[in-house]
Amino acid sequence: MEVALMQRRLEDYTKSLFMEGLLDAQFLQLQQLQDDSNPEFVREVVSLFFEDSQKLLNDLTSALDQQIVDFRKVDSYVHQLKGSSSSIGAQRVKNTCIVFRTFCEEQNAEGCVRCLQQVKQEYYLVKTRLETLYRLEQQVVAAGGSIPAVEFNSF
Amino acid sequence: MGMAAAESQFHVLAVDDSLIDRKLIEKLLKTSSYQVTTVDSGSKALEFLGFREEEEQSSSSDSPSVSSNNHQICPSGVLNFPWNHQEVEVNLIITDYCMPGMTGYDLLKKIKESSSLRNIPVVIMSSENVPSRISRCLEEGAEEFFLKPVQLSDLHRLRHHMMRTKKQEKQENQEEEGESENKAEVQPQSSHQAQQQSNNSSSSSSSSNKRKAMDEGLSPDRTRPRYSNGVTTAV
Repeated sequence: MEVALMQRRLEDYTKSLFMEGLLDAQFLQLQQLQDDSNPEFVREVVSLFFEDSQKLLNDLTSALDQQIVDFRKVDSYVHQLKGSSSSIGAQRVKNTCIVFRTFCEEQNAEGCVRCLQQVKQEYYLVKTRLETLYRLEQQVVAAGGSIPAVEFNSF
Repeated sequence: MGMAAAESQFHVLAVDDSLIDRKLIEKLLKTSSYQVTTVDSGSKALEFLGFREEEEQSSSSDSPSVSSNNHQICPSGVLNFPWNHQEVEVNLIITDYCMPGMTGYDLLKKIKESSSLRNIPVVIMSSENVPSRISRCLEEGAEEFFLKPVQLSDLHRLRHHMMRTKKQEKQENQEEEGESENKAEVQPQSSHQAQQQSNNSSSSSSSSNKRKAMDEGLSPDRTRPRYSNGVTTAV
């Protein structure tokens, strides 16, 4: 495939992530912070997000599996997940966490379990899409092209 | 204005228990050309700053005058200058609010209660926009309250606090030669900031007018605290 075509495909794919609300402007900030002194910055932060989220989702699953749910503990995990998702701009994960926390506050176990399912779905979705995004970027770079910059207000 | 040389020496200590957020704030600060040290807890921050519990006890009373040899000796026992409190100079501390164990608020209090550390400007970051939390931090002497995720544009405001503290410390140093009485006068900017804050919400006291006038002389372009702008981005 031609480089220009790959670049176009990458650009469209990136835009779709924002248009579907999977990512927000914070992700662009990460991209803008990446420079020659730290060319893998976004990749590193996103990998940390994956590790962190996976651990928190496991912790949440076992915390909500108890006979007597410790809602403060659940809330603290959700708080951390909300923090890391907002730091990388995983908007839909973050928004689900906000709803999740209201159920923690109400000590609503059923609501919490539903939210956990939802947050898992959102997380796996954004993870898959980010991995695809990275693959497309790698293809462009391998073909000798540069990664097109995306402006948040351009779509 | 010839600030470039001084700016490149500014050293920021960033405190956050989240690895992702440490990476992020480190990158933001480096991009803004600051020297950065990151630690994952308030107690490690205090350790880095050479904070000692016995010093806290001797200065925890309301009397701000502390015997001079107390803060002139840094942890290694080497004689230090009063304006260079620790072995590695830290010009500003930026800390997360919500951390297990010592919170950012606890850290702020410890710093502001310490005779040797209280002049270091402290900025608090939090992902939650809780007005009571914000005003509590500002009243305790925090310079700013940033809503997370912190933006590059937020960090432009840090330079301001560091420049002002440098000036203030020079001044303090001159005043300190000979007498220690002035120490009560040379408080960090807390009273001013808190007052500015209370002006926004409710009534104001006029206790720190002198300080206020002086601050405004040093920083004429000071604007509202950042948190009020950040509300929109937090949604």
